Order: sequence, then C-alpha cells, then structure tokens
Amino acid sequence: MTEQKERELYFWMVLVREFEARVAALDKQGKLAGGVYSGRGQEAATVGVCHALRPDDWVFPLHRDMGAYLVKGADPNRLMAQIFGRRDGFSKGKDSYLHGGDLAHGIFGATSMLAATLPVAAGMAYKFRMKNEDRLAVAFFGEGASSRGDAHEAMNFAGVHKLPVIFVCENNFYAYSTPNELQFAVENVADRAAGYGFKGEVASGNDLHTVMNVMQKATDRARRGEGPTFIELKTYRYHGHSEHDRAAYRTEEELVTWESRDPIELWEHYMDKRKYDLPAIQAETLARARKVVEDAVAFAEASPEPTGPEAMDDLYATPVGEGR
Amino acid sequence: MPMVTYLQAINQAMQEEMARDENVMLMGEDVGAMGGAFKVSEGLIERFGKLRIVDTPISESLIIGAGVGLAVLGMRPILEMQFIDFIACGFDQIVNQAATLRYRHGGQASCPIVIRGPGGAGVHGGLYHSQNPESWFFSVPGLKLVAPATAYDAKGLMKSAIRDDDPVLYFEHKFLYRRIKEEIPDEEFLVPIGKAALRSEGTDVTVITYGATVHSAVGAARDLAGEISVEVVDLRTLLPLDWGMIRASVRKTGKALIVHEARLTGGIGAEIAARIAEELFEDLDGPVMRLGSRDTHNAFAAPMEAFILPDKLKITEAIRKLARY
Ligand SMILES: Cc1ncc(C[n+]2csc(CCOP(=O)(O)OP(=O)(O)O)c2C)c(N)n1
Repeated sequence: MTEQKERELYFWMVLVREFEARVAALDKQGKLAGGVYSGRGQEAATVGVCHALRPDDWVFPLHRDMGAYLVKGADPNRLMAQIFGRRDGFSKGKDSYLHGGDLAHGIFGATSMLAATLPVAAGMAYKFRMKNEDRLAVAFFGEGASSRGDAHEAMNFAGVHKLPVIFVCENNFYAYSTPNELQFAVENVADRAAGYGFKGEVASGNDLHTVMNVMQKATDRARRGEGPTFIELKTYRYHGHSEHDRAAYRTEEELVTWESRDPIELWEHYMDKRKYDLPAIQAETLARARKVVEDAVAFAEASPEPTGPEAMDDLYATPVGEGR
Repeated sequence: MPMVTYLQAINQAMQEEMARDENVMLMGEDVGAMGGAFKVSEGLIERFGKLRIVDTPISESLIIGAGVGLAVLGMRPILEMQFIDFIACGFDQIVNQAATLRYRHGGQASCPIVIRGPGGAGVHGGLYHSQNPESWFFSVPGLKLVAPATAYDAKGLMKSAIRDDDPVLYFEHKFLYRRIKEEIPDEEFLVPIGKAALRSEGTDVTVITYGATVHSAVGAARDLAGEISVEVVDLRTLLPLDWGMIRASVRKTGKALIVHEARLTGGIGAEIAARIAEELFEDLDGPVMRLGSRDTHNAFAAPMEAFILPDKLKITEAIRKLARY
C-alpha cells in the first residue's frame, strides 16, 4: 500500500469515530429524538470492508454501521440531517438514524427488523448474476441478528445460486445484553457457512490489515463467480447497546482489554513503525475529520424540519385515492 | 393502596402468576438479567431462575413457535417481543400456528400463550418503534386481543391473559409505562377478558376507544364538560369486543365516535362502525364517526408525528362536529 492510501484509511477510521462521538454528544445534550447506536471500537470493520468496494457495489449497513455510510460515499451533511430527522436527510424526516439509505451511492436503508436486509442483498446479487454485471452486494449484521430466520434463508439461497454476495457478521460478543453463549452454540458464527455450501472466514475485526485481507479474498471469489463468503469479524463495541444502555452486563476488565486493541491505535502504531510523521498525520487528520463533522452539524441544524402533511408523501409512485 | 405505574403493574401480574403457578414462564430477548429493554421483567430472573425466565436468541418466530410447543404440554409461557413491531417477524407462528391450533385438532389442544410487548407512538420512535399492529390480528379467529389503558387493567388483564386457555395478544403502550401511576388494590384481582369499562358517563356523544387514546378522550370529555356530555367507553379487550356495552352506550347517546391510535383504514374502528350502522341504525342521531392515525407510516420527525396521531384537540374537534348533528 502507498503511504497515501494508508493515510486515507486512517482518515476514514478517524472520521467515523469523530462523527459518532459527535452524534453521541448531541444525543446527550438532548438534541436528537431517536435512538443512537455507537459503533465506537468497530471502525476497522466497516472501513476495511467498504474500502474494498467499487462505487457501483451495494452495501447493507445495520444500526451500528455508520462507517459503511461514510466510506461508501454518503454525504456527511445529509447523513447528519438524517440523524436529526430533517428534510435534507435521506428519508426526509420519515425516520432517523440508519433507516434511510442513500441509493445513489449503493447504500440500502435498513428497517429495524434485524437481518431483514440479508434476503434483499441476495436478491440484488441475483440480478448482478443474471445480467452479468460485475458488481457485489455486501450485507452487514451482528451476531445477534444471525439468529433470525431471514439470515438462514438468504444464505441458503445465495449458496444455491453462487451469488456475488458477502455476508459480514460483526461479532461484538453482545446482542444488547445477550452474550454469545446464549445466542449460538457453534464456536464461530461463520462456521455455519459450510452448511450453506460456501466459504467462511473468521478474522479480527479490529486489525484493519486483517479485515482488508479477508475482504480481498471474498471480493476476488465473488467477482470470479465462485459465490458468497461469510466473513465473521470479531470486534467489540465500547459504548452500550444504545446511548441509554449503561452496559452493566459486562466487566470493566473486558472493556479495557478490547480498548487496548483499539483499531485506530493499532493503525497508528503501524504507521509509526513505517516511520511516517505520525504526530503530524494525527493532527492533520483529526482537524480534517472535525471540520467534516462540524460542517455536517451546521448543515443539519440549518436543514428545515419537515411539515406535518409531508408525512403523506412518498407512499406511492403516484398518489392514490383520497388519503385520510 | 400502593401507587403503581402501568409498567410495574405488568411486572406484578407476571410475578404473582409465576408464584401461583409454576408452569408460568417468560421468554424473550434480554428479559433475564437485564429485565427487558424497558425493565418490565425486572427482578423476575432473580426470583424464578433462568429456566423459567429465558433469554432467547434474536428469533421472534422461535419465541412464539416454542411458546406454542410449551403451551400444548400445559405450560403457560409469556412471550415478549422487545418492541411489538417485531411481532411481524413471528406472524406465521401466530396466525397460522397458534390461532388454528385448537381448531385443526378438533378441540383436542389448548394454546395458553400470552404474547406481549411495547407498542404505540408518541415517543419519536419512528417507523419501527411506534406501530399499533393490533389491526393485523383483528380478523384472525382464535386469537384474543387486549390493550390496557390503566395500571389496574394492565395488572388485571395480564393475570387473566395468563390464565386464559387461548392465545392472547397483550398490547402494552410504551407511552403509558411510566406516565400512568395509580393506586391499585393490595389484594388479588382480575380484569375479565371481553369486558369494556366506562371512563366517563355522558348523554350526548359516545367515544369508543382503547389504549393511550383513552386518556386523550377522557381529557376531551373533561374539557367539553358543560358544553357536551361525553361518555367514554374504554374497550380494554379488542377481540372479542364487548358489544353489550357499546350497544347500551350508543343507544343512550345516539352518537358514536370511535378513536384509536392505530391507522384509520382497516382499523378496529371500521368494524365497530359497521356493526353500529347495521344494528343500531334506528338509534342513531348522526353518522358514526372515526378518528385514527392518518393512513401513512409512523413518521419520525415531530411535526409529522403530531400530524399523524390523534390527540385531545383532534378528539375534541371530532366530538363537537358529531354533537352538531
Ligand atoms: C427482529 C428484531 N428483534 C429485536 C430487535 C431489537 N434489537 C435491536 S438491536 C438488538 C441487538 C442486536 O445485536 P447484534 O445483532 O449482535 O448487533 P449489535 O447491536 O451487537 O451490533 C436487538 C435485540 C430488532 N431490532 N429486530
């Protein structure tokens, strides 16, 4: 990798962290009405996966995947307006957080129903296959979401048709308060891939190099027509499930253990070893990221609130009947 | 009498029934050590243990389907949907599995399950944390649907639901969880399924409602006191409806307004309105009117949410309009 590319990857991780930190702070100040789910600690996963994609590939982020939005090209201003529930958000205020995708950048908005995006990703991949398009669909989900039937149905179909889809499970060890031992009985969630007839990869989600390596293998496989990959990335969320959750179900020791394998610090360590001018890079990157975030907040705050009657818009291609 | 919130009332009912009957249990996501996302099941795992208070994987279809299996063998599982919106992920197990169980076995089997969870809007929950899915289930025979508005009913209906031999969908309103606080008796009581309650007596207009809008309707009735005499019927049970109380009230006032937070089109109000029109036509002095959420999704932004939902002012307006006939 060139230094330039390594610095760019660093910027993305820092941007995701700064963006989410600001969102969490806004939530604390009572400026956001909806739920806020921080992916702090998981930045290498979304950045490493999405950086491997092309503009015409699709991603399916879930609630903790702000990074996927940013790296895949969502305008940070509109993303912040989305979180504020303003008219310039992707859903024009109809929902908040990551429920309004940015289709122009290949980002699909999820419902709250966990894993419900996976069959949709399989459907898109089927179309790529059918029309000989060299494109991929990448669906993110948590290890908790992997317990839903939709995940099984999507993977089974994807295996049958050898679809160009990559299933990325961010295993952060807790689904809200539920630990892995109450969620599944296999050692790795990706062990299930064998049951669907495709390859499973288990890797560290905190080490950006590792994420990029498994992603490279998976995209090569998919683009060669060799079918799906199930990637499981072991990682950890530092915050509670949502900003309201004090996460009493885990120990301080566990949290600190993971904080000491922080994805951004690991990357800094690497750049330092490469003898780059780390302090200068850090200062410049942080300033650049903060500027993006500040601009986004200013944009979102200036974006108008939707009016009441706009709740009736966007139900149909052509408005039907007399809405009541 | 102790002051109890709507939320505590549900918790008490579950605890009392679990203490009374060792076959009562609870299954759901994060219901154990965490006590549920809203703390409705706080303290249960400590008291009843993790065999009876089951933290499940994120698998709504499994929660309900496994509940049916347990119930056929005489257990009485309470099945929590972390938000009632997620009931959609267990739809088949409810409408095809649980609802037809007794019927397809020619009466051999019972299905004493309770499916419960927080529903309702007004807290900026957006599209998937605000829904009122009761209408999806209203046309499914074999199910019972209840929707308490008070702490007393929350407790009494939960106890009845647990003891009922058929599947009961118990719709909690999250807006009421901590906002409703009232004195309820120390001694045991039940609220029967299938019985409505009068929340305010009047002679000019009947408002038929349930859930959170009971409180808005009572507020409207109070505001209109001296101008229009409003009777408020709190249905409490949606399936089966307490047709007797509806009929008696509409006969008395000659005017009926049905209000619910669920969407207007295809809502429970449509069925009630049709039946009033068919059976009480001679008693009516005005059109049967309805007020529900607008026919759209539960939008997030505050102005849109306010536009969509019925509230005290909209109810007051509707009562005035009806009273003018
Ligand atoms: C079908 C469904 N059931 C329950 C929920 C409530 N819920 C939201 S996030 C969550 C935990 C998710 O855990 P996981 O999939 O591991 O992702 P993580 O939050 O750890 O990133 C739960 C139970 C939901 N959104 N959808």
